[in-house]
Amino acid sequence: MPSPQIDIHHIAKLSRLALTNEEAVQYQDQLNRILGHIDQLSTYRLDAEPSAHAMPIFDVIRPDIARPGLTQEEALSNAPRRAMDQFQIPKVME
Amino acid sequence: MSLANSTIAKLRQRLLAKEISPRDIVTDVAQAIDSQNASIGAYLSWDLEKALKEADQADIAQPLGGIPIGIKDNMNVIGEPCTCGSRMLAENYTAPYDAGAIVKLRSAGAVPFGRLNMDEFAMGSSTENSALGVTRNPWDLERIPGGSSGGSAAAVAGNLAIATLGSDTGGSIRQPAALCGCVGLKPTYGRISRYGLVAFASSLDQIGPITKTVEDSAILLNHLCGKDARDSTSLDVAVPDFTLALGQDIKGLRIGLPKEYFISGIHAGVSAAVNAAIQKLEALGAIPVEISLPHTDVGVSTYYIIAPAEASANLARFDGVRYGHRSTAATDLMEHYMMSREEGFGPEVKRRILLGTYVLSSGYYDAYYLKAQRARTLIRQDFEQAFEKVDVIVSPTSPTPAHKLGALKDNPLAAYLEDIFTIPANLAGLPAISLPCGTALEDGKQLPVGLQIIGKPLDEMTLLRVADAFEKA
Repeated sequence: MPSPQIDIHHIAKLSRLALTNEEAVQYQDQLNRILGHIDQLSTYRLDAEPSAHAMPIFDVIRPDIARPGLTQEEALSNAPRRAMDQFQIPKVME
Repeated sequence: MSLANSTIAKLRQRLLAKEISPRDIVTDVAQAIDSQNASIGAYLSWDLEKALKEADQADIAQPLGGIPIGIKDNMNVIGEPCTCGSRMLAENYTAPYDAGAIVKLRSAGAVPFGRLNMDEFAMGSSTENSALGVTRNPWDLERIPGGSSGGSAAAVAGNLAIATLGSDTGGSIRQPAALCGCVGLKPTYGRISRYGLVAFASSLDQIGPITKTVEDSAILLNHLCGKDARDSTSLDVAVPDFTLALGQDIKGLRIGLPKEYFISGIHAGVSAAVNAAIQKLEALGAIPVEISLPHTDVGVSTYYIIAPAEASANLARFDGVRYGHRSTAATDLMEHYMMSREEGFGPEVKRRILLGTYVLSSGYYDAYYLKAQRARTLIRQDFEQAFEKVDVIVSPTSPTPAHKLGALKDNPLAAYLEDIFTIPANLAGLPAISLPCGTALEDGKQLPVGLQIIGKPLDEMTLLRVADAFEKA
């Protein structure tokens, strides 16, 4: 399967990256070359079950009992902005 | 002799004999850092006062009592920075907790000391992707130390640390260890808790030791492994005493030589050193067996789909809200996300986030990610079949010795292709070690070459047995 030209602006938006025009041109070119190489996969017969992990992974559950975690102060300690003991984000409603 | 030049095993003897104190060791390592870090650039930061305080409180009776261990700057150590080599976390992040591996180290008496440079978010094989400084190879300061754990390897090689921790997603412990002439071990996936290791590709990441000797690798591994309830992928399996692998013979051990790994394109000096190493293993009684790993050539493509895909999801957490860089220019929430990330991440991280987002995006998932997952199964099956015939597999760690700084700067694809020998062990979750096996001549300089030994799942014992026998012969 030949790789279609990547729509870098669409992908940048999905990636939440405000690329500069210069970056967009550069990444589009580099990603097309990398994907061109990766396309070798489509020349192989890959008749195997997909694996997301090398080891068998099982659901892990724990008893539903409260246990210590970060305190509110610790959790907020690295916030770039905080207000009233909460994380502060730009206004989302008028 | 300077204490910083020494090993864990030797320092432990001297500590127990009361010839030296933990404070002496930390002081000596700090002096080595003071005098040499400006030229090598292994450390991004270090807190001597804190380490001295911890050294003074260290219980020498513990197995790692009083030994300072340098930490790659992507593992949380309470009260310390954890920059991941990124502007994203460089400004104002202080770890509010200890990573699982750090908890283990502390409970064995070790003192985490110093934060080691790395490719940003562990993405790279040269440490040149760090946004926070250049790390140079102590063997030749014009060359890369390898990466992404380049600071961890350069510190050990330059005697700026006794031993260090690195993390390995596609070779990031083994390749810098090879290029700097140290011993680097990536354990079986799940051996060591990843809790508190800033995630790059969660199904591939694994913490491991970088040391001066195989013995130190075994000693350190003893105090890193084990189930951690906070990492659901950590394995609930018995942890052997890895030092029991030392001093054993390797007579009759079958060593697999994958024909796909001994190909043209490998640096002649690397080839010669690795072939000599194989002869030495043979002289020690090991039996070489030619094997085939037929899906080797899809390893790099598979990795560069899976790792960026997982990275694009993992790095979504850097949203400028809870921690990390926050743009001051944004006026709404979407702009806040897009500008904080644009300003905080460097070029290689952006490249991989974009690549990962693309291969997971609507319409391309089956073509890339699903195919890569199928290829991953085939790569694992290659190893399963090979390990029916052999006990370990040996290969070069890297196809070349250390490049000059900047050599692959504008060619990310060429840089990716150099991970060909290290990537498969991550995709298959296998333990693998790199240890020095001589040097290769490049531009009039002798540069270290690494021998990689790959083992069966959870069979670090045999890796260490072979590596130790080789090192001592």
